[in-house]
Amino acid sequence: MEIDPFIFRLSIFILSIFVGYYVVWSVTPSLHTPLMSVTNAISSVIIVGAIIAALSGSEGKVFSSSSIYGFLAIILAAVNIFGGFLVTQRMLAMYKKKKKDK
Amino acid sequence: MSANLSAILYLVSGVLFILALRGLSSPETSRQGNLFGIIGMVIAVTVTFLSVGNFSSGFIYVLIFLAIGGSIGAFIAYRIPMTAMPELVAGFHSLVGLAAVFVAISAFINPAAFNLGTPGNIKLASLIEMAIGAAVGAITFSGSVIAFLKLQGIMSGAPITFKGQHLLNALLLILIVILTIYLCSTQSTNLFWLLIAVSFLIGFLIIIPIGGADMPVVISMLNSYSGWAAAGIGFTLENTALIITGALVGSSGAILSYIMCKGMNRSFFNVILGGFGATDQATGGQSKEQRPVKSGNADDAAFLMKNASSVIIVPGYGMAVAQAQHALREMVDTLKKNDIKVSYAIHPVAGRMPGHMNVLLAEANVPYDEVFELEEINNDFANADVAFVIGANDVTNPVAKTDPQSPIYGMPVLDVEKCKSVLFVKRSLSPGYAGIDNDLFYKENTLMLFADAKKMTEDITKNL
Repeated sequence: MEIDPFIFRLSIFILSIFVGYYVVWSVTPSLHTPLMSVTNAISSVIIVGAIIAALSGSEGKVFSSSSIYGFLAIILAAVNIFGGFLVTQRMLAMYKKKKKDK
Repeated sequence: MSANLSAILYLVSGVLFILALRGLSSPETSRQGNLFGIIGMVIAVTVTFLSVGNFSSGFIYVLIFLAIGGSIGAFIAYRIPMTAMPELVAGFHSLVGLAAVFVAISAFINPAAFNLGTPGNIKLASLIEMAIGAAVGAITFSGSVIAFLKLQGIMSGAPITFKGQHLLNALLLILIVILTIYLCSTQSTNLFWLLIAVSFLIGFLIIIPIGGADMPVVISMLNSYSGWAAAGIGFTLENTALIITGALVGSSGAILSYIMCKGMNRSFFNVILGGFGATDQATGGQSKEQRPVKSGNADDAAFLMKNASSVIIVPGYGMAVAQAQHALREMVDTLKKNDIKVSYAIHPVAGRMPGHMNVLLAEANVPYDEVFELEEINNDFANADVAFVIGANDVTNPVAKTDPQSPIYGMPVLDVEKCKSVLFVKRSLSPGYAGIDNDLFYKENTLMLFADAKKMTEDITKNL
């Protein structure tokens, strides 16, 4: 009997939860704020769905009722991707070690 | 591009996202981790373009909208002050939530574009996944908007409670389940809209009863929700990158919520059910109001610190409000010039989001190896000469260790009272967020400095 592809995706999902569990526990508490902003940025990979939705219109009709939602979602996700990664970058750049020659 | 190739590339971007989080285990590797995250995102977006393969006029519009959103995001990222990070993160969560809702709506209207069947005849599994993605996304959106308004101060941070609140929430949750079941059998568009509307409502109702100081839990929780919403959509789109990311973000937010709850010694449900501070007032604070307090000025504080050999600084949310982190670092620089050992002690729930204080101190150029977590530094208070409490309150209250009647009993606190002397910068004697008196104010070795945190710190520096 063939296995439903859904089961494979479910396996990936469950295993990823465990990976996430162990990876996040190893994050140092002082970086919890950057952790939140970067998880924010990566969860915007939902833009993948937004792009598919936006390109669902036909050649003559770019803006159909379904593609408009796609375009709106692209804007929202793009704000998050750029905003999230850049603000994380900005924060991480501030974490410095003690200067030894002082 | 073949479906197998794109599936493998999505997997690669999922792995890069895991590495992005892994990098955060230490500040040295964190910047590289962020870079992995960016590469993962670029791969995911490029693969999507190539696999859709539709480079018509719609493609141009996609790039335009991408650029619009991207420049707004970049602008915000560069302009936002570090003290406003909790608001920013809450705001960003709401966008993820809303994007998930939009994608779900689009997939519902035009399932053919996603290979999910035809309108009115969508595959059952896809429909369930879509409904979950849309519902969780909508809850994330409205919940985050409320959290944002509360953090921004547009809406009062005080908990809003009313009779039958929990019953109403429970009924709405049951309604969501019923709607989903009916949606699956009828495929009705109206039911789908109703499902989204009810989810918006419940997100709103869940967050309004939660008070300002519980925001660290709320933000972490919404972080988790945004992940589960993304995972739901990932199942709909059969996209590995989204499923992996959703699971990562979901568990990350859940762990942060757990850490925050533990930092307050409260159960997750206790926080979610809300109303802290509004109900637990009757712990007899009234009679204690009259106890004598020693208060001093910047001169006294400077004298004490000058004669100390080690000082521990305890920052809290008040420091962020007063924007005192830079003034604080200048004071510490002066202390260090006098060969005084200075370290910082951070309580897990200091500030309005996990790790908030660490970012502010990093912004003020405080090296991160001088900043310690509660467990690392708590034993050092007994050997330190001066503890300088700036903008923190409840997290230093010894009552949490001594009085089983107290609402904060059992919460881990910093052992500030063990220091030879304590300097407590505060505007007035008013109780902290938990609504209880802080015993520390009345201790023999405590000197209260009644002033704005920033101004007091500057004055002390002048007197050193």
